[in-house]
Amino acid sequence: MTYPLPDLLPALPEILVLTLACVILVIEAFFKDAKAAYVLTLLTLLGAAGVTAFTGGEMSVHTFNGMFVDDAMGDVLKLMTYLAAITAVVYSRGYLAERGIFKGEYFALVLFAVLGMMVMISASHLLTLYLGLELLSLSLYAMVALHRESQAAVEAAMKYFVLGALASGLLLYGMSMLYGLTGTLDLAQISAALREGVSSPVVLAFGLVFVVAGLGFKLGNAPFHMWVPDVYHGAPTAVTLFIGTAPKLAAFAFAMRLLVDGLEPAHGDWQQMLAVMAVLSMAIGNLAAIMQTNIKRMLAYSTISHMGFLLLGILAGTFAGYSAAMFYAIAYVLMSLGGFGMVVYLSRAGYEAENLDDYKGLNSRSPWLAAVMGILMFSMAGIPPFVGFYAKLTILQSLVGAGLVWLAVLAVLFSLIGAFYYLRVIKLMYFDAPHSTGAVAAEAGDARMLLSLNGLAVLLLGLAPQPLMALCANAMQLSLQ
Amino acid sequence: MNFADVVFFLFAAILLLAGLRVITARNPVHAALWLVLAFFTAAGLWMLLEAEFLAITLVLVYVGAVMVLFIFVVMMLDINLEELRQGFWDFLPLAALVAGLMIVEMVMVLGKETFGLVAPLAKPENYSNTKELGRLLYTDYVYPFELASVILLVAIVAAIALTLRRRPGLKAVDPAWQVKQSREGRVRLVNLKPQKPEYKSEEEDE
Repeated sequence: MTYPLPDLLPALPEILVLTLACVILVIEAFFKDAKAAYVLTLLTLLGAAGVTAFTGGEMSVHTFNGMFVDDAMGDVLKLMTYLAAITAVVYSRGYLAERGIFKGEYFALVLFAVLGMMVMISASHLLTLYLGLELLSLSLYAMVALHRESQAAVEAAMKYFVLGALASGLLLYGMSMLYGLTGTLDLAQISAALREGVSSPVVLAFGLVFVVAGLGFKLGNAPFHMWVPDVYHGAPTAVTLFIGTAPKLAAFAFAMRLLVDGLEPAHGDWQQMLAVMAVLSMAIGNLAAIMQTNIKRMLAYSTISHMGFLLLGILAGTFAGYSAAMFYAIAYVLMSLGGFGMVVYLSRAGYEAENLDDYKGLNSRSPWLAAVMGILMFSMAGIPPFVGFYAKLTILQSLVGAGLVWLAVLAVLFSLIGAFYYLRVIKLMYFDAPHSTGAVAAEAGDARMLLSLNGLAVLLLGLAPQPLMALCANAMQLSLQ
Repeated sequence: MNFADVVFFLFAAILLLAGLRVITARNPVHAALWLVLAFFTAAGLWMLLEAEFLAITLVLVYVGAVMVLFIFVVMMLDINLEELRQGFWDFLPLAALVAGLMIVEMVMVLGKETFGLVAPLAKPENYSNTKELGRLLYTDYVYPFELASVILLVAIVAAIALTLRRRPGLKAVDPAWQVKQSREGRVRLVNLKPQKPEYKSEEEDE
């Protein structure tokens, strides 16, 4: 019995990342050269970006018996994932070195997490979707716990692990319902089976509840958001930076594959669930963020509200909504990279710049850093001319276009409330007297340069959002045909 | 109700009881042993479904390896479960309410009719469940199979990274290094020329 070898070319980036992650493990085991591991990680991500750009085309290619799909949306999201991972790794080098976790294992786990995200982005089968998610989650749990001296990090890892396992259980139970109903795990076939009509709409709704709940857990949407602030707060800031950025792209891809590729015919059912989750997320995220005195917690609650906003684009259920959500995910990752990157950059050995008070009078200590942080905060608040404004605007347009005006009104209201705590950071930086008058320690020139570029990108994409928007719309169109 | 149904309900009842006892047992070792019983009955259920490979693997891997390790750890750590279970009875009413709701929903939703299931066809004479699983695993499902192996690799890396502590200044000896030592590495013969001690007489100095 012979079996044709599957077409490996579309999966070349995944194969490259896996192979080089194993090489890093070998380097760590035999040479203990963390510096080499760091450089190799960056090279791997750059190489994967090259391969993805080279192998990617306009056509959607399926391989591995239809379990893997390489399409335009996946390629764009993968490229953004590499970009986010590279930036996060560069930002966190100094932070990791000062806390004794600048080790080869850390970078191997980063690459395994990136591999998990790539698998999720390219999944066209419930099995691969789930396995990619587990690969990502498992790497993240370990990264949170890697700083063993920190009690908070270990506690955060434990919470993350237990709640993550619960969420996986919910997701799997929902998937088993879908399997029972349609008799297949392939997303395209599920979609076809649902279109033909299923024997029991009740079971479909029952399975959907579990699937959507599991999805909400992973995205960090209310009412499944409890782990987000604790994990963001307890994890080493460099790990928070990683968790808060690239995985959001994968989570967006996860939602798109599951809900749109697989469950599109049941759109009416999941639209209501997502609407409830989105409104709750925006309400809880924005209101709770006002109360925080710790900037990591504040940004965690802001993440919850942003993820609620992202859901609005998906639940609109139109082509415009999907591409708006994709634009929002990319813009959010850029802003969040800068925001957490700043916290990482301002932290030093034995000192975490994680309280809001630490940002008092930043302007008098380092005007440039304060300006970059100011750009990021304005952008997160959704104030023009920064990219965050256009991200919110396109989502609102798609909502109105889909006739969901009440959701758009609520979204604007909660964004207004949310603007308060972003602007408070700016007030602290520019109008309050600093605790210490010393200049900010100017180390890690590469991180500083990248941070500046990050801030400028948020500004430039705000001034000229068209190319990125067109890219998202194009990719979405090519993938959804 | 035929014989298979009777066996199914018997196993299912034992499985539920064992599962319940896992979370209510006061002694952690007892809880682990109830879990072993739960695995055995689950294996029995799989056997009823003619999935003999899965049933045997469940017993071999979970009961034979995982649970034995687990019981070892529980015995060595001397966990005080009472401390961990503080608040168990406080939260029980709420948990029971949620569980009750879930049960009602599941009874209403799930069933043979709602899924439109039909009994599978009888298998051919020389059908081997193990062989079929193996064939699928290495052909159609090779991609998820590889992914599962990567997940296991990450688990190994994570476990080692989280528990291995390299303490500097340990005085432990390395037997391999000791055995490899030869006389040349340890003993150095120094050729000392016989010399007369030089005495400086005071007269010469002056």
